[in-house]
Amino acid sequence: MAYALLALLVAPALAAVVSVFLPRWAVEALAVVVGGGSFAVAIILVGNPRVDALNGWLSVDALAVVFLLAVSFLYFLTMVFTIGYLRAEDQSTETWRRGRLLFVGLHLFCWAMLVAPLMSSLALLWVAIEVTTVVSALLVALDGTKRASEAAWKYVLIASMGLGIALLGTVVLYYAGSAVLGTHYDLFFTQVLRAAHRLPPQVVRLADVLAVVGFGTKVGWVPMHTWLPDAHSEAPTPVSTLLSGALLAVSFYAVLRYFEITERAVGAGFPRAVLLGFGLASLLLAALSVAGQRDVKRLLAYSSIEHMGILAVGMSFGATVAVAGVLLQVLGHAAAKGTSFFGAGTLLRRFGTKDLGRIKGAISLLPRSGPMLVLALLGLSGLPPFGIFRSELMIVEGGLLDPDGSAVVVVVVLVLLAFAGLLWTTGRALLSPAARPRPARASEPSRWMAGAMFLGLVGLAVLGVHPPEQLLVLLDHAARQLGAGR
Amino acid sequence: MSPGVLAAESGVGSFQSFSVALTVAVLLCEFAMLRAPLSRSQVRIYAVQSLLVSGLAADVAIARHIPDLFAIVGLSLVLKVVVIPLIVLRLISEAVVDLVPSHRLGVATMVLLGLVAAGIGLFVVGAVHVHSRTLPTASFGLSASAVLVAFLLVVLRADVVSQAVGFFALENAISVASLVVAAGLPLIVEVAFFFDLLVAVVVFGVLMRVHHRRTGTLSTSALDELRG
Repeated sequence: MAYALLALLVAPALAAVVSVFLPRWAVEALAVVVGGGSFAVAIILVGNPRVDALNGWLSVDALAVVFLLAVSFLYFLTMVFTIGYLRAEDQSTETWRRGRLLFVGLHLFCWAMLVAPLMSSLALLWVAIEVTTVVSALLVALDGTKRASEAAWKYVLIASMGLGIALLGTVVLYYAGSAVLGTHYDLFFTQVLRAAHRLPPQVVRLADVLAVVGFGTKVGWVPMHTWLPDAHSEAPTPVSTLLSGALLAVSFYAVLRYFEITERAVGAGFPRAVLLGFGLASLLLAALSVAGQRDVKRLLAYSSIEHMGILAVGMSFGATVAVAGVLLQVLGHAAAKGTSFFGAGTLLRRFGTKDLGRIKGAISLLPRSGPMLVLALLGLSGLPPFGIFRSELMIVEGGLLDPDGSAVVVVVVLVLLAFAGLLWTTGRALLSPAARPRPARASEPSRWMAGAMFLGLVGLAVLGVHPPEQLLVLLDHAARQLGAGR
Repeated sequence: MSPGVLAAESGVGSFQSFSVALTVAVLLCEFAMLRAPLSRSQVRIYAVQSLLVSGLAADVAIARHIPDLFAIVGLSLVLKVVVIPLIVLRLISEAVVDLVPSHRLGVATMVLLGLVAAGIGLFVVGAVHVHSRTLPTASFGLSASAVLVAFLLVVLRADVVSQAVGFFALENAISVASLVVAAGLPLIVEVAFFFDLLVAVVVFGVLMRVHHRRTGTLSTSALDELRG
């Protein structure tokens, strides 16, 4: 199975390189094949989640496979969407030059996000996540507008400073490990985890806090979130999709690795308390901010902050069902947020604006993607029968197992507030009658864009209605790996 | 006590004093960047700071017999002392830059804030009781102070060059921390860090150019359309 890891390591990078030279049809075909192939490899790993390669420098376990699934699924869908997104633009040579750059950048971005969970060394995990920042910052600026360059600058600066803190956390953890493993070792996650019981607790606590603040900057937790709404709203839609659905999750994966070590070294209380604080702050800000948004992509960005807050709070509950719910939420978030951003991109192409106040009658003018966007938003808000409903229910169930149930009450109230804000704000734009004079006829900008939405919606429904048995086993293994129930 | 032991202890003592002096100089460079009126001066001070960090790495490599560190010294000298400053200085020369200091606060206030930040860094690290076998523990506290002052540099200067230099200075401060507590980090990882830094520099450079092309200035005061 080592070939599976090598395929994920090589294929997207190779696709990025050859996309520079290939003709348009080949670039498009390659994007679908490599995106789909990556997802297929991740599915294969679900049944066999203990693999390593390259003398142990690459490895996966149940936790890593969950994140590989989320990233590769969105990689595939985003590539399908991007084909339509670019075809719906004018077909000039200049536009395709930018389109080619977009494909190359998306491959590199997805490559870095796929490589991060493959890294055995925590130091190389940091490097992979830093690479996601530098690649995605260029992609945010790709449209070349003043607003896009402003968003990209804020993003690269804030995220890099945050990752500087995470690097310090990595260095401090290396120091903690050197007390047991000697002054020369590879900082492999498994090495440190095995030695966790003997690590100096105070130093591990410091490393955990630095890692949560540092990687948490890229997760989008409050108060380090300020780059997120700007970057998500100003980036080209395929980039926004990956930023929201995959990048935040990959950064959360890094936090979980430190959580795992800290939990083993100093007990569960400390890392759970740290996450609870960031989670509640993020939920509160997002719940209060969603209702006032007019820009549809900015609205979805605040919804991402809400979801990341739920993930942090869910981890703090500690019960197995809650942590399994958190991991299911990672998958559900990728599917729901991907589909919703695709819908937002379709609105942008059809109406030429992201301003919800100027979009009227979307559901009648977009006969396929309009209703699908409504369903995606319902799924995003946590309504049944979609995956996020199931995952949030599991998290709340886990929270209720805690004798002090105050946090779960706060979570339910804030989630309902965000739910109301999201549906109220988007409902008017989608369900109101079309503006007069009515545009010529109802039509879709592209079948590829609608197709990507359909696939995302199917994924979201499968996670809610009948998740595959093997996936549930994987989530359970990953939750126990994270110390759930201890 | 035998003369050999005395000589060895005296050697250790002078190594420790020298390395602490270098770390203090790294921190002082950040204060100098904080108060420097022009971006150009900041870049030159950054080159000096990088030279000091390279010197510290060479010092540790010799005194602690860690030959891998010489590769880091070489990379650091080439990239941080020469290549990065040249790239940034060239960018400044190409831009028609308004030669106006970009301080958000008065110099005295900024330096006072820097002193407070440095004090916090020393205090926090002191509370954690980190003991290094490579360098004196004081160096770790000083590097934590340098990290916090680098943050101030980014926050308190309102131009893209100073903010980028602030990020590079942060990376220098973390390099010092790494020398204190993680000098044995495998070479492959250290090289990956350097490669990553180089890519980050290129991206910062590209985005600085884009910013200059869009707004006609290197000041961040034009970045006011998005509210976070």
